[in-house]
Amino acid sequence: MSFISFQNVWQRYGDHVVLEGIHLDIEAGAFCTLVGASGCGKSTFLRLLLGQESPSKGQILLDGKPLSAEPDPSRGVVFQKYSVFPHLTVLENVVIALELAASPVWGRFWGEKKRAARAQATQMLTRVGLEHALHQYPASLSGGMQQRLAIAQALIAKPRVLLLDEPFGALDPGIRKDMHALLLSLCQESTLTVFMVTHDLAEGFHLGTRLLVFDKVRIDPHAPKAYGAKITYDIQLNQDRQSQRAQVATLPSHVLRSTEVES
Amino acid sequence: MRLLNHQPQRSTSLLLAMIPFVLLAAIYLLNSSLRLADNPEDKLLPSVAQMVEATKQMAWVEDPATGSYLMLEDTLASLKRLGMSLAVVSILGLVLGLVLGTIPLASATISPLVAVFSMIPPLAILPILFIVFGLDELSKVMLIVIGITPMLARDLEQRARELPKEVLIKAQTLGANTWTVMIRVILPQLVSRLITSLRLLMGSAWLFLISAEAISATEGLGYRIFLVRRYLSMDVILPYVLWITLLAWLTDYALKKLHQCWFPWAEGAGR
Repeated sequence: MSFISFQNVWQRYGDHVVLEGIHLDIEAGAFCTLVGASGCGKSTFLRLLLGQESPSKGQILLDGKPLSAEPDPSRGVVFQKYSVFPHLTVLENVVIALELAASPVWGRFWGEKKRAARAQATQMLTRVGLEHALHQYPASLSGGMQQRLAIAQALIAKPRVLLLDEPFGALDPGIRKDMHALLLSLCQESTLTVFMVTHDLAEGFHLGTRLLVFDKVRIDPHAPKAYGAKITYDIQLNQDRQSQRAQVATLPSHVLRSTEVES
Repeated sequence: MRLLNHQPQRSTSLLLAMIPFVLLAAIYLLNSSLRLADNPEDKLLPSVAQMVEATKQMAWVEDPATGSYLMLEDTLASLKRLGMSLAVVSILGLVLGLVLGTIPLASATISPLVAVFSMIPPLAILPILFIVFGLDELSKVMLIVIGITPMLARDLEQRARELPKEVLIKAQTLGANTWTVMIRVILPQLVSRLITSLRLLMGSAWLFLISAEAISATEGLGYRIFLVRRYLSMDVILPYVLWITLLAWLTDYALKKLHQCWFPWAEGAGR
């Protein structure tokens, strides 16, 4: 059975149809890149997956169960802007992810637990290359560093699905390339399923194992809002990467651990 | 160069800022000396020497009736009332703003009430406060609390709503519940706004304080000003007004420094 399944999903606001009749099955571990013109429902699709909105018709299943209608820890997210907490330092921004998940009353740790969380967060931040900026506030970071922080923050919560809403849209090309490498290597290490909205076709082809193109099939010039977008192309890409990951995932855990130490 | 592109340098702007003050002082001193030359008994525009003498009398000479230093006593009484009220206002405003700004159901229930309350002119209900809370400290504190809390609560509610929704969604994807979103994500950011809002509301706070003291008190800066008004003692009133202005400016400066110190992230700078 597929991991995420869209069954005849429609989304309309009033009489403005944004998405119509989406049927889609996504296997676990896929890296889906979503492309299409502006206003073609890519972000709506992502909001549906996030649980920020619920579909006006049809349903979305996660592991065979209907998706909960509000954001929860099974789905992590990185937005283009405002993804991190401005009032916390880089380190605290990642520590809070561990704290919020485990402490429902105070939302924070003390003593030994705090130290352990800080160590774990520092390790994650080192992985994304922010170890030199642990005590800075997000406002003093560059755009690329803020997105690295947002990714670290989302990944430390160990979501099963990661949603990226044009995460690198505001970065310059050099930094964007670094971020691509970082994202691919992070995905390689886990069984994360990723959905990424992008305006950059090259980015979509380079990163995805599956490229979904959103487009309007029917257009009525007298009522431009009457028909919504569908997924017009569903292209399998970089399959070697996905099969490689699938094979790695079948290795017993003690073997995985030893290879991690070597690398 | 066009006028709107002309930026004064630091030293120039300091100098420019001085000009109105110096002019104002000069006009006062000139008119004061003219009137005093005409009639040495004139009380309307006292000379600097007269004001210094009167201030000395208020500040450093024990009052024969009560055995206390009046200006010190007045200042402490007023600051105590102001401090107590602002503490209550801050807590009430913060709690209301946080709850109303975060929980749509609470906002739908209570926000209209707060909006109506904030329209009531506080001075109009001062008599009611005196009747209900007596003529003591409580009614003066209540006037400031009732006058400022609705404004502060509405401001903070608005600020809480203006937080990007991405941040709230992000917190939820990290496993936060409503309560932990409130205390870990929204509250810290609201406290920063609270300091900024308080700076703006200090003017109203002083207004309500002086009004309440003018009407019913036995000490306090407002009480003193309205007491000596009966004797046309401009030589006491003017230094008191200057003193109140200085206190207000110092509080504003202290709040500003506090904000910079506690909330470096809101100032857009790293630690």
